[in-house]
Amino acid sequence: MSEKVLMKGAEALAEGAIRAGCRFYFGYPITPQNETPEYMSRRLAEVGGRFVQAESEVASINMVYGAACAGVRVMTSSSSPGISLMQEGISYISGSGVPCVVMNAMRGGPGLGNVAPAQADYLQAVKGGGNGDYKRIVLAPASIQEGVDLFVDAFDLADKYRMVVMVIVDGLIGQMMEPVEFKTTVDVASLKKPDWATTGRHGRDHANIISSLMMDTATLEKWNLELQAKYAQVTETETRIEEYEMADAEYAIVAYGTMARIAKTTVRTARAKGVKLGLLRPITVWPFPTKQLQKYVGQIKGALTVELAYRQLFEDVELALCGKVPLGWYGRGGGVVPGPQEILAAFEEQFGKGR
Amino acid sequence: MAEEMKVIYERPKSWANKVTHYCPGCTHGVAHRLIAELVDEMDLIDKTIAVWPVGCAVFGYEYFNFDSVEAAHGRAPAMATGIKVTNPDDFVFTYQGDGDIASIGMAEVVHAAARGWPITVIFINNGNYGMTGGQMAPTTLLGQKTTTTPMGRAPQLNGYPIRLPEMLAQLDGPAYIARVSLDSPVNIRKAKASMRKAFNAQIRGIGFSLVECLSTCPTNWQLTPVESMERIRKEVMAYYPLGEFKVAEGVL
Repeated sequence: MSEKVLMKGAEALAEGAIRAGCRFYFGYPITPQNETPEYMSRRLAEVGGRFVQAESEVASINMVYGAACAGVRVMTSSSSPGISLMQEGISYISGSGVPCVVMNAMRGGPGLGNVAPAQADYLQAVKGGGNGDYKRIVLAPASIQEGVDLFVDAFDLADKYRMVVMVIVDGLIGQMMEPVEFKTTVDVASLKKPDWATTGRHGRDHANIISSLMMDTATLEKWNLELQAKYAQVTETETRIEEYEMADAEYAIVAYGTMARIAKTTVRTARAKGVKLGLLRPITVWPFPTKQLQKYVGQIKGALTVELAYRQLFEDVELALCGKVPLGWYGRGGGVVPGPQEILAAFEEQFGKGR
Repeated sequence: MAEEMKVIYERPKSWANKVTHYCPGCTHGVAHRLIAELVDEMDLIDKTIAVWPVGCAVFGYEYFNFDSVEAAHGRAPAMATGIKVTNPDDFVFTYQGDGDIASIGMAEVVHAAARGWPITVIFINNGNYGMTGGQMAPTTLLGQKTTTTPMGRAPQLNGYPIRLPEMLAQLDGPAYIARVSLDSPVNIRKAKASMRKAFNAQIRGIGFSLVECLSTCPTNWQLTPVESMERIRKEVMAYYPLGEFKVAEGVL
């Protein structure tokens, strides 16, 4: 049984993680997500978990690495500059094949930037960030409710594929309050301890070793091929997208997270004016819903990418649709969030009145 | 007659019986052996999780029969903290060189010591970055020639060597902090006794423990193994005095 409660996003997402079975959290203060560690520090103690405030984001992610090796549900959260510091650890965790969840409440950059909402860490999240060939599953909720629901999937996916799952939000989702319902509560006792975990032998007939080091070139290539096969499987089976008003759409906006939410109003406004506009909203930005976008080749006469960044999401849209559909782009940076009318104006400027 | 035979020396059960990759005359092997003996004697093989560094001991996990993880450079104390919080009843130690712990990983070890959680650090000080070919380490002695201090370490350019145990002993978190040397049989016996105290500080839940081991690097020092041992006694100990810098109540 669950009921709706009014919660701030950064706290609701923390509760969502706990409901998903997260019992260990390591983090370091950074705006705009401080309510997440603060909430964790009081709530985890109530559910038999542990919160640790680390000395840096570098230490946070390596504490997560240690706990992940023990096979528990563990996460950290941070915001853009802190996530940059975690890239080393994310690469090691990915290279070792252990599961964890990392949340990034993206803020304006580069550098210290500001604390306003942004989506400028998109390429870092979906293309790389740390060294080596690895991928994370990257989930991009557009509301607090969706974020809470996705946290259950985040931990399930992390465990299933032994991957880092990143949840990317922005200061808007973190700081606003919305009614939210916790539909799922994972019974932590029912989660199986993985047989690869380094938890001490305790009678096991062999030692478990977790390492990302493979000096032999053939061995490391084989491991890379295994990772690539895993990423291909994730791409095949875990890609998610919301298709809004697309059945008869002649044009599409492609946007995720907060921007997609605002673009929905643009779609409704345009439709009231007789323009058949729809929205393609990737929920997984990695794996990117390339095939789902390509479904509309032949149907749509144009696609406008809208983002709080400069042609980052656009790169993936371009890879999916370039040469097949006329493309447009509208983005803002520095923490500036455009309204639905500005998006509509950009659409009309680039695609006429859509008629 | 057979029943009168007494085993006085054998291979530790926690030792994986592999040939190590260490150079002749290097004391990593001695430190490994001491750890294996103590894990056996203290019946820890089933509850040990070791955290290995980046550096010459990067393959440490190959040589033992207990669970191990391999950390990023300098991050072993943070990783050990993550393991200890999930496995509070298990025995967690890190094994780190001087570059790993006193340069790139200084923040992690200081805060692990300040938190005071019962984890153990075995710190191998051989005065240079051995794995990468003998560059200056934070522990390199003044005047010592390395591949990045070809004229010798000069304080106005390279700063001064760091005495980590003395630094950490200022904190309230640690339960046991000591410096030992692996240069001679008598000092190796003392080193083992110190490591036993460090292990006990964790097992008894008293707090953080660290043992620095003065170690050799004949290859990069360009000395014979015997000369390397002599250098520890003549030069290294003069800057890095042996002793216990912190012994909390209950540590034995």
